[in-house]
Amino acid sequence: MRALNRKLLRDLWRIKTQVLAIAVVVGCGVAIIVMALGTMRSLEETRATYYERYRFADVFAHVKRAPEYLAERIAGIPGVKWAETRVVADVILDVPGMAEPATGRLVSIPEHRRPALNDLTLRRGRLLAPDRPDEVLVDETFAEAHGFRPGDHFFAMINDKKRKLLIVGVALSPEYIYSVGPGVLVPDKRRFGVMWISREALASAFDLEGAFNDISLSLLPSASRPEIIERLDVLLDPYGNTGAYDRDDQVSHAYLSGEMDQLVATATVAPPIFLGVAAFLLHIVVTRLVATEREQIGLLKSFGYGNAAVGWHYLKVVLFVAGLGVVLGFAGGAYLGRLITELYTDLFRLPFLHYRLSLDVFALAALVTLAAAVLGTLNAVWRAVRLPPAEAMVPAPPAVYRRTAVERLEPRGLVGQPTRMILRHIVRWPLRAAMTTLGISLGVAVLVSTLFFFDAIEHLIQTYFHHAQRQDVTVTFTEPSVERVVYEVGRLPGVLAVEPYRAVAVRLRHGPRSERAGISGLEPDAALRRVLDTRLRQAAIPPDGIVLSTKLAELLAAAPGDVLTVEVLEGRRPVRQVPVASLVEEYIGTPAYMDRHALNRLMREGPVVSGAYLQIDGRQEEALYRELKDTPVVAGVALQTVALRTFRETMAETMDIMISFYVMFGGLIALGVMYNSARIALSEHGRELATLRVLGFTRFEALYILLGELGVLTLLALPLGCLIGYGIAWFFAWSFDTDLFRIPMFIERATYGAAVLVVLVAGAASALIVRRRVDRLNLVAVLKTRE
Amino acid sequence: MASAGLSQDRSANERPRGPQGTASGPGRPERRRAFVARGLTKVYGKGEVAVHALRGVDLELFAGELAVLLGPSGSGKSTLVNIMGGLDVPTAGQVFFHDLELTAFDERALTAYRRENVGFVFQFYNLVPSLTARENVALITDIARNPLAPEEALGLVGLAERLDHFPAELSGGEQQRVAVARAIAKKPEVLLCDEPTGALDSKTGVLVLEAIERVNRELGTTTAMITHNAAIAEMADRVISLADGRIAGVRENATKRPARELAW
Repeated sequence: MRALNRKLLRDLWRIKTQVLAIAVVVGCGVAIIVMALGTMRSLEETRATYYERYRFADVFAHVKRAPEYLAERIAGIPGVKWAETRVVADVILDVPGMAEPATGRLVSIPEHRRPALNDLTLRRGRLLAPDRPDEVLVDETFAEAHGFRPGDHFFAMINDKKRKLLIVGVALSPEYIYSVGPGVLVPDKRRFGVMWISREALASAFDLEGAFNDISLSLLPSASRPEIIERLDVLLDPYGNTGAYDRDDQVSHAYLSGEMDQLVATATVAPPIFLGVAAFLLHIVVTRLVATEREQIGLLKSFGYGNAAVGWHYLKVVLFVAGLGVVLGFAGGAYLGRLITELYTDLFRLPFLHYRLSLDVFALAALVTLAAAVLGTLNAVWRAVRLPPAEAMVPAPPAVYRRTAVERLEPRGLVGQPTRMILRHIVRWPLRAAMTTLGISLGVAVLVSTLFFFDAIEHLIQTYFHHAQRQDVTVTFTEPSVERVVYEVGRLPGVLAVEPYRAVAVRLRHGPRSERAGISGLEPDAALRRVLDTRLRQAAIPPDGIVLSTKLAELLAAAPGDVLTVEVLEGRRPVRQVPVASLVEEYIGTPAYMDRHALNRLMREGPVVSGAYLQIDGRQEEALYRELKDTPVVAGVALQTVALRTFRETMAETMDIMISFYVMFGGLIALGVMYNSARIALSEHGRELATLRVLGFTRFEALYILLGELGVLTLLALPLGCLIGYGIAWFFAWSFDTDLFRIPMFIERATYGAAVLVVLVAGAASALIVRRRVDRLNLVAVLKTRE
Repeated sequence: MASAGLSQDRSANERPRGPQGTASGPGRPERRRAFVARGLTKVYGKGEVAVHALRGVDLELFAGELAVLLGPSGSGKSTLVNIMGGLDVPTAGQVFFHDLELTAFDERALTAYRRENVGFVFQFYNLVPSLTARENVALITDIARNPLAPEEALGLVGLAERLDHFPAELSGGEQQRVAVARAIAKKPEVLLCDEPTGALDSKTGVLVLEAIERVNRELGTTTAMITHNAAIAEMADRVISLADGRIAGVRENATKRPARELAW
């Protein structure tokens, strides 16, 4: 090994803790890139392959009942490659061993061929045998949740008749990668299942022979989706069309896309923070290294080493530290990627999903990192290159200080000399002080903006489950029913209170904009299902007009007072003008509300209802569930406590692990910045401190001078970090803002407190490490040596 | 603090705990001893690489005297002064400051001892670059009891006009005089100077020596000055020569030469 490289290794070994601290910060940034982009890539590629191989449809539509011959006309729309009709129905299930009712989505498949679109992957068992109307395939999630094997059975309430269904196989469909039941926030494996049954059996059960109520299309690559959707709507409208939509509005696809967007957002926000901080840390360390090795640089140059050789020597320090970080980041990122992919395989049902270590993601991460490191330290390295040998051999002139502006205002004697030293030092290197402050504050910010998710989700739960939807059970009827049915439901065992609702699928138009939406007609004096205004107080539903969720209003560019065109997509399909009465805050979906009676009037119908919200006596739960499973008018039962529990479980599974990592990363940034700052301060002030110790300053007084600057900068960084953290949280909330789901911009004070605490602990840890070095300062050496 | 009140110990009225019966200087009235060292040995390192810096040194310094410790590099003079200044501890032997045994002090007590009783002047000044001359002195007076005003201390070393200059704005000699002012501003009982003129030319060196001389005379500060420059020994009351870790000789100057007459 050449002597200069040996020197390099020894230099690095001497500052090994600093090297490690910076490499860890680099590693965090690299790990996030590798994890997020790698997972995103795996997910994207898997999905694309899956969609292609199993022919996932491009456009979807549901109708009430359309004649089969219409399919040919639909297939004839230019740009349509294939049209597949189906019968789809949501039914109540009675699963052996489970008290509460579950919801099953029965999807028809052709009896004598494989589905042309949305084909199934058979995981276990066999496909349906011809002429066996009681055979079903169930989706893997539901089967796993109940331990179903081929040969098991369960019951379903199909068109007023309870029927026994026999499981012959377990399958997966590209349509239900993310499988969530109607009116539910997150997948509930036990209480919602998709099952495939023979077309003939299902059609005859629902009187849909020679007809269909669901159609999927695949399109030619050149086709214009909006145009095809429009023409499809025209054809389907006479048959109770609820509005055709493309993949972007398909629940499973949209959730999966949302998840990928989040990964991209993560990969966009987090790595620049870590790499920026790492570049800054490298900058101060290399600057200090060049300063302390000034005479050695002079010596090297006088021996004939060229400027390029000297520059390359220090650049190698940078590349070594960054390279170490990249290696750590690769390992960490691969680990995290595998971990998150495991979470995804549970959440998203794909026939295969492997976290693939793609070379280009690694290459990108390494390149970005090394570039950031080199750019950040170029100035420091240049300083070594530029140093003339003769000048380098004599010690650097003492730094020139000046009085700070603050001191000019201050009457002499108010601030002690140690404090004055601290202030002047900050003012002497304002940029470095600012960058240190920023670095620490980014640590706070990472903590605030990730812990924010806990607050936001808790806030969402409070709003959604405890303020807005206070019912225990939501019952959906198979058909809009007369009010009398509500009173019958009210007489079921354990029902304490009942509130009817009317739900109607509509298309809302405002100027050139239009959105598919559902209007919920609620009782004006509702106590169970309430609507909240933007300040989370119960909002009154006016007797006329429509109340929009803020997101829907945003999509329609509508404000209170504007008049919307409401095209009802069911019943007699009336088209009406309705003024926007007010806006309400909703974090889930894009709902709209009306007074139920006003909605009935708009529908030109009598006082009919779509379902009811129930408050129940928990002790009679099982009796109620038994009754509900056998009540023919009931199409679906949603249980609020169960929904809340699964929501919390899903969030805990997916969020907790990631957030713990980010909390660790935030702490590591803070630790990296503070430890390095303290070490640099010690290196710069070591001699000064030793002198003061000789002059009789206690260890504590010496430590105060050493760490006072860091303390001042930390105090400045804490509020700044909270502010930046709020900004990043706002960016996350903004970038995760979709039609499906929004994250409330809500941060608890305790979260700021926790972030500040973590950073203070990191600071205290750095102080302790440096204190040991102050204790070991060689007081005698300082008397004899020149700096 | 372990050694609080050390600085009040200047009167020898109370019953001394120190060693008794050490011979006073010859031909002089009874002089009070500031330091007594007995059998000081200092070994750095172990085994083959062991360096014997001091090999059984017995020494006394009298209150108010200006002693010069003369000797070549490696003679042990710095080690001796470091031990007296509470910066280092001997491998064997005892050091008494008045009747307090420094060699029995722990780290905290030594810090307090330095803080209250000792002034240091270093070869390379060791000023705090971010503080002005006045503030460098105030750094010490802020934590001392009954100190001189920084301005007064700087006046004593002839720098009354340079109070608000930063070290970077002062010459080497001026910086060293600030260091002297900083050392004596707390009115220490002992002033320890390690090669105070080592980094200065003869002319500016003399200015620094004059400052030390004046402090010794006017404040009565016991002063020990290390040098390898024999010319400087002329200004001392006593010259203690060291060689190879032992006292090679002690000489009293019958007449001290004023610092301003020195040259080298």
